[in-house]
Amino acid sequence: MNKNKEQLLNKRYKAEKRFRLYGQSAIFMALLFLTIFIFKIFSTGYSAFQKTWLIVPVTFDAELMMLEQNPSKEDLKDADYYDIALKSMADLDPNANEDQENELKRMVSYFFEREIKRELLNDPSLIGKTKDVYLTASDDLDQVFKGNYPRDLPEDQRRVTDYQLKIFDQLVELGKVESKFNLSFFTYPDSREAELAGIASSFMGSIFSILVCLMIAFPVAVLAAIYLEEFAPKNRFTDFIEVNINNLAAVPSIVFGLLGLGILLAVFQLPRSTPLVGGITLSLMTLPTIIIACRASLKAVPPSIREAALAMGASKMQTTMHHTVPLSMPGTLSGTIIGLAQALGETAPLILIGMVAFVNTIPGSPLDPAASLPVQIYIWAESAERGFVEKVSACIMVLLGFLIIMNLFAQIIRHKFEKKWS
Amino acid sequence: MNLILFIFIVLLGFTSYYFGRKKAYTIQSTNKRLTALPQFYGYYLAIWCAIPAFIIFSLWAIFEPTIVKLLILSDYSNQGYLDDELNLIYEKTKALSRGQFTGEITPFIEASAEKYLSLRSIAQSSKAVIVLSIIIASVAYAYKKISSNSRTREPVEKFLKAVLFTASLAAILTTVGIVFSLIFQTIDFFKVIPLFDFVFGTHWYPAKAFVRDSSEALDPTMYSDTFGAVPIFAGTFFIAFIAMCVAIPIGLMSGIYLAEYASVKVRQYAKPLIEILAGIPTVVYGFFAALTVGPFLKEIGNSMGLDVSAESALAAGGVMGIMIIPFISSLSDDVITSVPQSLREGSYAMGATKSETIKKVIFPAALPGIVGSILLGVSRAIGETMIVVMASGLAANLTLNPLESTSTITAQIVVILIGDQAFGDPKTQAAFALGMSLFLVTLCLNIVALRVVKKYREKYE
Repeated sequence: MNKNKEQLLNKRYKAEKRFRLYGQSAIFMALLFLTIFIFKIFSTGYSAFQKTWLIVPVTFDAELMMLEQNPSKEDLKDADYYDIALKSMADLDPNANEDQENELKRMVSYFFEREIKRELLNDPSLIGKTKDVYLTASDDLDQVFKGNYPRDLPEDQRRVTDYQLKIFDQLVELGKVESKFNLSFFTYPDSREAELAGIASSFMGSIFSILVCLMIAFPVAVLAAIYLEEFAPKNRFTDFIEVNINNLAAVPSIVFGLLGLGILLAVFQLPRSTPLVGGITLSLMTLPTIIIACRASLKAVPPSIREAALAMGASKMQTTMHHTVPLSMPGTLSGTIIGLAQALGETAPLILIGMVAFVNTIPGSPLDPAASLPVQIYIWAESAERGFVEKVSACIMVLLGFLIIMNLFAQIIRHKFEKKWS
Repeated sequence: MNLILFIFIVLLGFTSYYFGRKKAYTIQSTNKRLTALPQFYGYYLAIWCAIPAFIIFSLWAIFEPTIVKLLILSDYSNQGYLDDELNLIYEKTKALSRGQFTGEITPFIEASAEKYLSLRSIAQSSKAVIVLSIIIASVAYAYKKISSNSRTREPVEKFLKAVLFTASLAAILTTVGIVFSLIFQTIDFFKVIPLFDFVFGTHWYPAKAFVRDSSEALDPTMYSDTFGAVPIFAGTFFIAFIAMCVAIPIGLMSGIYLAEYASVKVRQYAKPLIEILAGIPTVVYGFFAALTVGPFLKEIGNSMGLDVSAESALAAGGVMGIMIIPFISSLSDDVITSVPQSLREGSYAMGATKSETIKKVIFPAALPGIVGSILLGVSRAIGETMIVVMASGLAANLTLNPLESTSTITAQIVVILIGDQAFGDPKTQAAFALGMSLFLVTLCLNIVALRVVKKYREKYE
């Protein structure tokens, strides 16, 4: 009997341990996913912050550039750079036949003559002389140099030919290949060529959308929250508004995209693909988040504050505007920032209102067509070129960086400025 | 032009505020008692400036385009054009006047474009004149009206309250907007495709419904066997099911562990770390699923001799499950911590171990709240878009094999609506019909979930 009891107790203790282990492993799993995730993004993305350059000697031959004697600045701008660019690439291998010359040309980026042009415009005295010019390597060679490209594939399955690899290896040995910080990733707009694609256009698109979203969502949400928390009578209509807000907070984001498409674009005829429409759509999505945060922090202001103000003869409106609302601001602001961070990462509604169009200019206002950072991630992730994979990861790193900064900011506001009532 | 006018009106508002306050001070200096603080006199005048401006601006925005259109089209009225053609002419005119017209420019259209521009400029300048004169008149009237015993605080506060109330209507307006944007397209869609075919049809090939020439007569038989949504609904619930298979055990167990077992320190670090998972944008999960998880599963499957699609439902559902873990864990954590301590103590006093207390006492007590959190998770899984678009297939297969690719409501909406849309085309309308069903399903789930959670909260408060 006693032994039986002990066995039972042991069994129960074992069950206890097992249950605890389940809990620990669940937490462990969740954290493991997070770690794998971050590791994967960083390990594929960090190399995009480096860019491979080929150092190629270029002879600025006035005749080939169709330049007269003593050309003016305008002449230099209009000169023909394609031929000298082509020639300097072909000169890398004096024995090259016509096909091979073509392959040599494809070792550098598509717009390599612009880089040569920029060099000459910076220093017009180069005419007739030879200078080593840094040319952006093609995205495939870039990947080869970074070791992301499988060189042992058969030639017909690669986009880099054996001949190109041979010349490239010679250049590497001569020290004519250099890897430098990839500034153009931050300053260039999107491009079809992976080596020239940057996030400037989508970054500006994101900034404009978020600003529009903030300018609409913040005032409306705060005013609505003040009404619901301080003035609204307890009746059916107020309940209805509340049900609406809680529901909107859980409506799938793509439905807001359909709203943007069906109302903003089709009925109000606002311009497609613009951050203005994107911002309005996102603001409708963020509205409930901010309203809920603002109401919570209005609720947290103790009634004694209101009663004191009322006792001094302030009207209800004065009490609210002069005392309750300022005291609730830290909570409201941190809720707003968190809502904006959500909006910044939102993709699906922006795709529906056409912000996936290929934009290769940097937008200057909310009325110019643009993409946004998460949409850029989507666009690049759908591209086949190997060079875009690391760009996607790098873009994700930039986006996550912004989200982390915004969330930290929200935390700081909450901890530093929020009054503790106790 | 509008911007300058707007700035001018704002400036006028500030000036009237200044004059109102000044008048209050003058009244005060004659030793008369004011009925409100001097700034209320200022606000009062500023409101008299803002309201007429707002009314005129909105009236103008509503009526100007219609009137201009009528005037332009009156030139064409007795030439026997159809309504559609007249609309086309008007669109051409507008495009030409903006300098964005590509196509043959006929003298007629050029003339009306010129007329359009001149009408617009007349409208603009008359708007400026009317707005400014009415504002000045109304402010002057209000300025004369205010005296020592006039009430200014009450109207100002009433106005503010009205503004607050209007802002709170935004939530209702958004819901109405969602319903309106979906319902008309959906109704049009069901005029062509019978509701029965949509709900019970098992073939979904929207690509078959090419863009129809508008002059062609509508032939419903053309679309038979094109818009049967069963494979999509099945795919949606299937992927959501896979996601919940990952999210419920891990989320629930970590919620229980954090609430009942974890030391303060572990809780302090583990909880925010898990919540980071909720803050990662879904497009990032989609990329992760498509680039890492999909190929990884395919490789494992191939090594075991299984035929696994690189865009399997398992990859999309699994990654979606990871995304939902934090929702379930933090909600169930909240729910469990709000179970009264007395229940735990009663159970311990009867000799129960901690896990027995959790399983037999706390879990049943917290069950409604946990069910609510799971329902919210399901609603999120059904509405999730980017993971499915990037990691799951786009062809709608009717399958229950997690290793094959399926498609979901959200993915189909994106596939149909990406790029240019032709409104009035059954394919576009199909996307809105899908959106409508998505909205309805998630709405029901949300309402039920929020009800359950609210009831549960009330029970212990």
